[in-house]
Amino acid sequence: MTALLDIAGLVTEFRTENGPLTAVKGVDLSIAKGETVALVGESGSGKSVTSLSVMRLIPERVGRIAAGQIMFTGADGTRRDLAQLDQDEMSRIRGRDIAMIFQEPMTSLNPSYRIGAQVAEAARLHRAIGRRAAWDLAVEALAQVEIPDPVARARAFPHELSGGMRQRVMIAMALVCDPVLLIADEPTTALDSTVQLQILALLKRLQAERGMGILFITHNLGVVAEIADTVAVMYGGRIVEAAPRDTIFTAPAHPYTRGLLASLPRVDHAARAAGVVDRLVAIPGSMVDPRHPPPGCDFGPRCAHVTDACRAAVPGLQEVGPGHQTRCLRWSEL
Amino acid sequence: MSLTFLIKRLAGAIPLLLGISLILFAIIHLAPGGPTDVYADNPSVSPEALQQIITRFGLDKPVPEQYLLWLKAMVTGDWGLSIRTGRGVLGEILARLGPTLQLGGMAMGISLIVALPLGTYCAARRGSRLDTALTFLSFAGISLPVFWSALLLQLVFSVWLGILPSAGMKSIGDGSLIDRLQHLAMPVTVLSLATIASWSRYIRSGMVDVLAQDYIRTAYAKGRREWGVVIAHALRNAMIPAVTVIAIDFVTIISGAVITETVFAWPGIGRLFVESMNGRDYPMLMGLMMMGSFGVVMANIIADIIYAALDPRIRHG
Ligand SMILES: Nc1ncnc2c1ncn2[C@@H]1O[C@H](COP(=O)(O)OP(=O)(O)O)[C@@H](O)[C@H]1O
Ligand SMILES: [Mg+2]
Repeated sequence: MTALLDIAGLVTEFRTENGPLTAVKGVDLSIAKGETVALVGESGSGKSVTSLSVMRLIPERVGRIAAGQIMFTGADGTRRDLAQLDQDEMSRIRGRDIAMIFQEPMTSLNPSYRIGAQVAEAARLHRAIGRRAAWDLAVEALAQVEIPDPVARARAFPHELSGGMRQRVMIAMALVCDPVLLIADEPTTALDSTVQLQILALLKRLQAERGMGILFITHNLGVVAEIADTVAVMYGGRIVEAAPRDTIFTAPAHPYTRGLLASLPRVDHAARAAGVVDRLVAIPGSMVDPRHPPPGCDFGPRCAHVTDACRAAVPGLQEVGPGHQTRCLRWSEL
Repeated sequence: MSLTFLIKRLAGAIPLLLGISLILFAIIHLAPGGPTDVYADNPSVSPEALQQIITRFGLDKPVPEQYLLWLKAMVTGDWGLSIRTGRGVLGEILARLGPTLQLGGMAMGISLIVALPLGTYCAARRGSRLDTALTFLSFAGISLPVFWSALLLQLVFSVWLGILPSAGMKSIGDGSLIDRLQHLAMPVTVLSLATIASWSRYIRSGMVDVLAQDYIRTAYAKGRREWGVVIAHALRNAMIPAVTVIAIDFVTIISGAVITETVFAWPGIGRLFVESMNGRDYPMLMGLMMMGSFGVVMANIIADIIYAALDPRIRHG
């Protein structure tokens, strides 16, 4: 499999009144064609900032990519570093090669326009087609995401639809130009659990049909078990563990990953296989404040196994097994 | 937005207008002085003649009765006679409406054409040097008293440079388009400056709010370029809060740009108001103020209609 996206050493910082705030501190991440990579971590760990960096959706005024490469292979086979492109070049890639859906379906659609028009707009931005043809494409895309009666629904305004329906519209809009990469930033977090499952099933089906790569961001390991091929666990702006899905559930190497598994509220087949069903333990403490990171390992202050070596320097990525790395010095002893 | 809604809104305005008329009538009559004051010191007006004027205009009747008489006439379309000129109030107002519409309409048009891109640009480039400079200028424009900027313009362009006429609507014996435009230039500028300053602020702040919304990020994510996002996705939503302000300002100017018209001797509603005020011309003042109140009520209804056109949630909810 050729890599679709290769992020290397990504550093993203925000401009704040007290100087730059580094939210992403050197992330490496790879997504192959047709692969689903789940980016997991508590709120505030830098998942959204990572995805917005890939899309280059952080305005100049707000923040910048301070270092790193985002190598992306477009549908036409050209390989480019997204971190180096200007906004004009990015706008040709966004929506055509890479599409994104967001956490808040209720507010992510423009309240003033019919949903059909908003989907059609995405098509017209990248294809030389007329209004009618774009509208027809939009209706077809709405049918693809299993919106009942798409011809009539295309004329609805966002406020006339439920959250789940709106997220389907977002997916239709994202996929209308057949992107090779879909970034989904907590697309089901704001939805009821039954609707969550429907949306996950829909994404899986669409991916099977189209073979796009997906960067799926979530803080819910139950969702990860449903959808991911590979999992990257993020903490304090760094990837602390990356592994194939089953490895994450059966042989987690980082204490943070194990903490997440132990606090998993829902029970899934993969998790049950891992035997993490019985204990429900919250990780003590709270997410590291990016303004005041502790010395050494970011997870140190919350870790039961912390040593002086952990506090000395940020641990490098340790090779645990094939496709499995972790940023824990003590993974082999624990 | 349906016809029944419109009719309901209009019907709802009737008690409001009645209340306003009552208050206005009371205030006018409470104010010291009366319509006959101008004649009182005039030795050539005999007390008998004065008494005749008072009886003729019903000024000797108790105020509540005067109000009812006025109301009865008003409802039937009879706005009464001007005490000052003896001519019909409605006719006088209509004659002055033309010049005011010319001045106000032009000022409003220019204000909108300038304020809209200005506010939009500042919002899209908020924090930039140009935005900061324009913010400063807007506050200067809002704080600058109209009479001051009017007099300043007159000083510079009429007295020093001598290139623009200082007063009136047209030169005597002229009336060509150029001549009329020359007369319009300064009053329109004075009126526009203040409105541009305040409207561009409203549009800027509406725009800043909208640009922070999630659907703006969605528009970028689907491949819209910056100005496409601003114009196609943000502008319409950003205009919604500005609509009322613009509608009310419009009426305020149409119902008399009092200071501007006075300084530039513009024969419009604003000057008519000042003249009527000085002469305590009760029927004329009531006519003018009722027209203004009616205008404000209408502006609110029109603003609601525009809201509904801009925002489907209002249209359907
Ligand atoms: N616009 C911003 N300005 C300053 N700091 C930000 C901004 N957006 C995010 N951050 C900071 O970046 C860190 C990571 O945030 P985010 O990526 O949104 O976390 P999550 O993993 O929940 O998606 C947080 O500490 C957050 O405070
Ligand atoms: Mg997030």
